[in-house]
Amino acid sequence: MATAQQEIAAAMPKTLVAQDTRGVNAYIKSGAPYVWVTAAAISVAFIITLALLVLTATRGLPHFWPADLVQGRYQQPERDAESLLVEIRSAEEITTARLRDAGLAVTDDKPLHQRLLVKQANRDVNGVDFRYLLSDWLVERSEPADAVVLERTEWGNFHGFLAGIDEDGKPVDPGADLWALFEQRVDRANELRSKLRAIEKGQIGSINYAIERVRLDQRRLQLDGRTPENDPAAYAELDQRRKEQEAAYQGLRGELDLIKAELARDTVRVRTVDGSEVTLPLAKILDAYRPNAMNLLQKTGYFFHRLWKFVSEEPREANTEGGIFPAIFGTVLMVLLMSVVVMPFGVLAALYLREYARQGVVTQSIRIAVNNLAGVPSIVYGMFGLGFFVYFVGGNIDRALYSESLPAPTFGTPGILWSSLTLALLTLPVVIVATEEGLARIPRSLREASLALGATKAETLWRVVLPMASPAMMTGLILAIARAAGEVAPLMLVGVVKLAPSLPLDGDFPYLHLERKFMHLGFHIYDVGFQSPNVEAARPLVYATAFLLVLVILALNLTAISIRNRLRERYKALEG
Amino acid sequence: MTSVQTKTQLSHGIDISSMERSQTPTRIEDESIAIEVDALNLYYGQKRALHNVSMKIPHKKVTAFIGPSGCGKSTLLRCFNRMNDLIDGCHVEGGLRLDGKNIYDRDVDIAMLRRRVGMVFQKANPFPKSIYENVAYGLRLAGINKKRVIDETVEWALKGAALWDEVKDRLDDSALGLSGGQQQRLVIARAIAIQPDVILLDEPCSALDPISTLKVEELITELKNNYTIVIVTHNMQQAARVSDYTAFMYVGDLIEFGNTDQLFTKPTKKQTEDYITGRYG
Repeated sequence: MATAQQEIAAAMPKTLVAQDTRGVNAYIKSGAPYVWVTAAAISVAFIITLALLVLTATRGLPHFWPADLVQGRYQQPERDAESLLVEIRSAEEITTARLRDAGLAVTDDKPLHQRLLVKQANRDVNGVDFRYLLSDWLVERSEPADAVVLERTEWGNFHGFLAGIDEDGKPVDPGADLWALFEQRVDRANELRSKLRAIEKGQIGSINYAIERVRLDQRRLQLDGRTPENDPAAYAELDQRRKEQEAAYQGLRGELDLIKAELARDTVRVRTVDGSEVTLPLAKILDAYRPNAMNLLQKTGYFFHRLWKFVSEEPREANTEGGIFPAIFGTVLMVLLMSVVVMPFGVLAALYLREYARQGVVTQSIRIAVNNLAGVPSIVYGMFGLGFFVYFVGGNIDRALYSESLPAPTFGTPGILWSSLTLALLTLPVVIVATEEGLARIPRSLREASLALGATKAETLWRVVLPMASPAMMTGLILAIARAAGEVAPLMLVGVVKLAPSLPLDGDFPYLHLERKFMHLGFHIYDVGFQSPNVEAARPLVYATAFLLVLVILALNLTAISIRNRLRERYKALEG
Repeated sequence: MTSVQTKTQLSHGIDISSMERSQTPTRIEDESIAIEVDALNLYYGQKRALHNVSMKIPHKKVTAFIGPSGCGKSTLLRCFNRMNDLIDGCHVEGGLRLDGKNIYDRDVDIAMLRRRVGMVFQKANPFPKSIYENVAYGLRLAGINKKRVIDETVEWALKGAALWDEVKDRLDDSALGLSGGQQQRLVIARAIAIQPDVILLDEPCSALDPISTLKVEELITELKNNYTIVIVTHNMQQAARVSDYTAFMYVGDLIEFGNTDQLFTKPTKKQTEDYITGRYG
């Protein structure tokens, strides 16, 4: 029986030369597999993230590329030939059997046929935007340089050829270059339209808002029991205000009519590919381009032009056309409001939990409860937000402060404030946990240093501990933003709508309208993707919107991260 | 002369015989008293960590606490500015009088006590702020916000801590960029900036190299002209070098307290003698 010492001595190496360098055991012992496994894990995470970005970008962004227009004759067997001017969106190989099942009279014996998805536009003429064509039957293809795409305010795009421009119904001599003249007229129309918009949305919007305020003020007077008899001065003042606004409105009305008449002056005659001529008012044309006449540089320029319009304009035609600016704006504003709410709450809660509360069973169970809150499904928060914030809090606010506008609710209905509060609640655990970790990491010696200089506990927290824990708080905020910006489900209950008539931030006092409903990128994706009447038109928009949502979250996070890094640089005392 | 020789032997090769010694009265009874500890007992929960400690800390002198690890010397020191209050389950019985006022009385404002009794810790703990702001911290806490006053005080305190010449061109740099010894002197400057009556030093040199240690020790000798200093050290040579009076503690008991020269040369208790001659501890 060997003693323990002898056994240890026997197990210790007798030489410094590596033994057993072959075999599975030696390989595992070498540590190489762990390096591979860990590296593989991070690679998979990284590649999937990258793939997500690449997928959304490649599916979404080509939508903005001015694709060539193909003119051709579509000859189905035993049917009349059609002339088409289309934009080819995608092509796929389909088995002949499937095509026959679909009722296509395929006669040849090729096993696979190429099927094209094309955008033929002219929805007002053809009924549908998109259709599938069998590539073999689209013959006599060409790409005429003068083919034009017109973007319209309604009915989608129009494909055709310019025939002429009319002014007040009389043809204009186009001179040498009809296209140049047309572009000039489109620019003019756009200028007039933006003037019109500025007046309608801006000034008239403000007047409407002011008149509504007058109405509510009058209702408030009635509720207070003041009638024109016992308080004529107040009513006279209201009348005065109303008259001022109405006079201002009349002035604008005249201006508006003038611009509208100007705008209605020009019309354009466009020939479709099958030879019929259509007259379109320029007031309805937003943009025009000739993709076949553009070189690569021009196309790139136009691509970015359209991309910019997508992020800066409002949606049109049930969200299938136009931009997504209100959704971006709503998402960012909602996240900012949420941050403003969740940060002080989370930090204060963590401060109490870590610094003041006696550490014991109760504190520990509160901590566990807070951690568990992070695991509650977000839709549950949505239900809570609807029941508590909207109906209870909002309802009571309305009764107390906005009784003049009842029964129409002001705060007693879903809105951006309630969405922000609901998400603040949802992200509160993250902030609390992160802040607590940060507080726990502040060395005791620094607290003692401050206390020994005559600081009270509160002064020590405020002057030493909190600044040093601020990077950890920012980490909490980063996680909170990441979670909040991506939430959709609870928002559908507490404030998001598919189309909000006005932004929650505008030029009318009090500027930030917390009671308003808002648009959100996440919900926009859902809405465009699943609720859209025009599926093919919507599909690239879904990807493009998703791509933008990721970019918006990235931008919000990068901002928070850069703030955190600056704070870290300032308070990097925690090492050692 | 015999006392100096003894100290030289004690210092294990470090020659300290040339170090200047002030002429100290030999008896505590002749000193004016700054702090009076009266039958002080301290408990961590049920465990008693200090047993009936009574002593008188003389005014504007350096008093050193020595003893083996865990003997309660730091605990006793931390009673002087009530730092032990921060520890859960710690409570104190008995009296500890600063200028005749028991600091454990209910009506004592701890923040005010700590302004009068400054403390320097074992490990330098500057705030992650600029050198200037570190020194100004206590002033701002006291409500002093005039820039001129703070500027002057920062310079005065840094000079007092023998750090001014090394940092005067980089007052706005982070204090964390200083060396360990500089940080410890900065912390001393921070403590003296608010002009306390007493400065407590809790093993201030244990994390420092010999050169920095020497500088801090010189500083302590300097500071004694203006402040009552209490220093805890596990380094007997240091106690012998800097202190006027020394207390030897052992497992919560104050064994012997007296004039440093006397305690090191002619200890009256056997435990003290065993400890200073290195027989245990």
